[in-house]
Amino acid sequence: MLSVRNLKYDVVEEQGEVGIIHDISMEVPDGQFVVITGPNGGGKSSLAKCIAGVYQPTGGRILFEDQDITSMSITDRAKLGISFAFQQPVRFKGIEVFDLLKLASGDKQLSVGSACQYLSEVGLCAKDYINREVDASLSGGELKRIEIASVLARKSRLSIFDEPEAGIDLWSFSNLIKAFEKIKRETNGSIVIISHQERILEIADTIVVIEKGCVKAAGARDEILPGLLGTESAYPSCRQGSPDETDENCGPDTGSMADFVKGGLE
Amino acid sequence: MLYLDDKDIEQRILAEVADIHTTPTGAYNIRYNGKAQSRNSTANIQITSREDGSGINIDIKDGTVNETCCIPVVIAASGHKETVTNEFNIGENCDVVIVAGCGIHNCGNQDSEHHGVHRFFVGKNSKVKYLERHYGETEHGTSGGNIMNPTTELFLEEGAHVEMETTQIRGIDSTRRITSAEVKAGASIVIKERLLTNGTQFAESDLTAKLVGEGSSANIISRSVATDRSRIKFVSNIVGAAPCSGHTECDAIIAGDAKVLAVPALDADQPDAALIHEAAIGKIAGEQLMKLETLGLTAEEAEAAIIDGFLK
Repeated sequence: MLSVRNLKYDVVEEQGEVGIIHDISMEVPDGQFVVITGPNGGGKSSLAKCIAGVYQPTGGRILFEDQDITSMSITDRAKLGISFAFQQPVRFKGIEVFDLLKLASGDKQLSVGSACQYLSEVGLCAKDYINREVDASLSGGELKRIEIASVLARKSRLSIFDEPEAGIDLWSFSNLIKAFEKIKRETNGSIVIISHQERILEIADTIVVIEKGCVKAAGARDEILPGLLGTESAYPSCRQGSPDETDENCGPDTGSMADFVKGGLE
Repeated sequence: MLYLDDKDIEQRILAEVADIHTTPTGAYNIRYNGKAQSRNSTANIQITSREDGSGINIDIKDGTVNETCCIPVVIAASGHKETVTNEFNIGENCDVVIVAGCGIHNCGNQDSEHHGVHRFFVGKNSKVKYLERHYGETEHGTSGGNIMNPTTELFLEEGAHVEMETTQIRGIDSTRRITSAEVKAGASIVIKERLLTNGTQFAESDLTAKLVGEGSSANIISRSVATDRSRIKFVSNIVGAAPCSGHTECDAIIAGDAKVLAVPALDADQPDAALIHEAAIGKIAGEQLMKLETLGLTAEEAEAAIIDGFLK
């Protein structure tokens, strides 16, 4: 489905050109759940943004379903079937959650029921959010979940999530994984997730470890994961509390598990 | 001076400015090229011509609830210039909606102008929703400008509440809008203004709310978009002359070679006046465009969606 070949991405800074991605090649087969992990600053997010078209690579090629998309715009990639959930979602004054989901689904007549379904899948009580503006009145966690819901609504062949767990609290974490599994089932598509979370790594088909702008390791989960446990590439999940104690769809936003787990590490 | 008697133009403009598609129900007065074209009063809402011929008086009886009064103005003549004064006397304990839009269709090379003064006396404990939409269109190949200068004066008695929504999205080349409100004890006013200018258009809005009674409040929210070489000037002033609360917010999106001037002012006459202002001017953030592009929108569609949402 997706083939990244000898990708290179440099940025120009005050001290001159700085290499973010030196040479990355990887494959995302049809229907696969690929988790990209590795130390912070290694180039994971830049890779995801190059695939989505947010960043323009300075070398190499990206093929999506056998088509060279390296120079294609974000819009054209989206139309081909690539979705991207930003690590730090943007806010919009005046655009309501329902508007955003209509834009995401490409269906101006999207029913309230369908929109609510997407919100429920990311652990938001739909009736409380559907008419909220996607603005500063939303917490970081709420915004993050709405960002993920917007990608769910796209039903794309390839969905890329950049650290989706940030801002997602413990009880909804299992829902998030269910949502990923549902996307995979419904679209027969592939999912690429940038994550350090052990629980996300545990459901990967394939794990790619990126370090210092290169692929350090790549392979089946059972082959790669044991070597990562206990390292910065696989933070253990927070096991405190029970995810089942709160109503699946209408619980409070209790903060960021990722922030809690990662506390002091970054 | 060229006058058009085009029913299609009239219907289209009535739909744009007042959402009127058929003969309205309730009280209404439709003004067309300077003359009252049709009028209807109800048992509770009386519409009469002012003695000096300058406009109409709208008298709403005490206790009138769930009624609407619609007084749109259509100008479909190039070079037509008019000054209109309409006075609303709203009794006590009412709950009414007033729709007052103005649309200009300019088919020639002369400027068309509408200067409207709307004066509201809102009785004790009455609730009024006032909707005002301004719209203009110019026929292809003509150069006549559309000029709209509305003045709104509001006097709120104790416990009254007014929500005023003004929208000017398209086709008005020049506007100078003056709004003033005097708000007595326990009364409140919310003013929401939406403005979009393009080309070489100019829009100026000057809002003043005087909070003169204990427990009075004002909330002024302006959102504007200036594109191309257009200019917008927004001045808001909340005067706290009693224990009161006031908030004014001005957000503007600027694009192209446009200019936006926002001047929010607070004027507190005594220590229990709690007044806040916020103002922000900026272009559409690149991240916002990118997000919508990842949903499959083109850059142009993304910009339009952001502006539509912002001005909603």
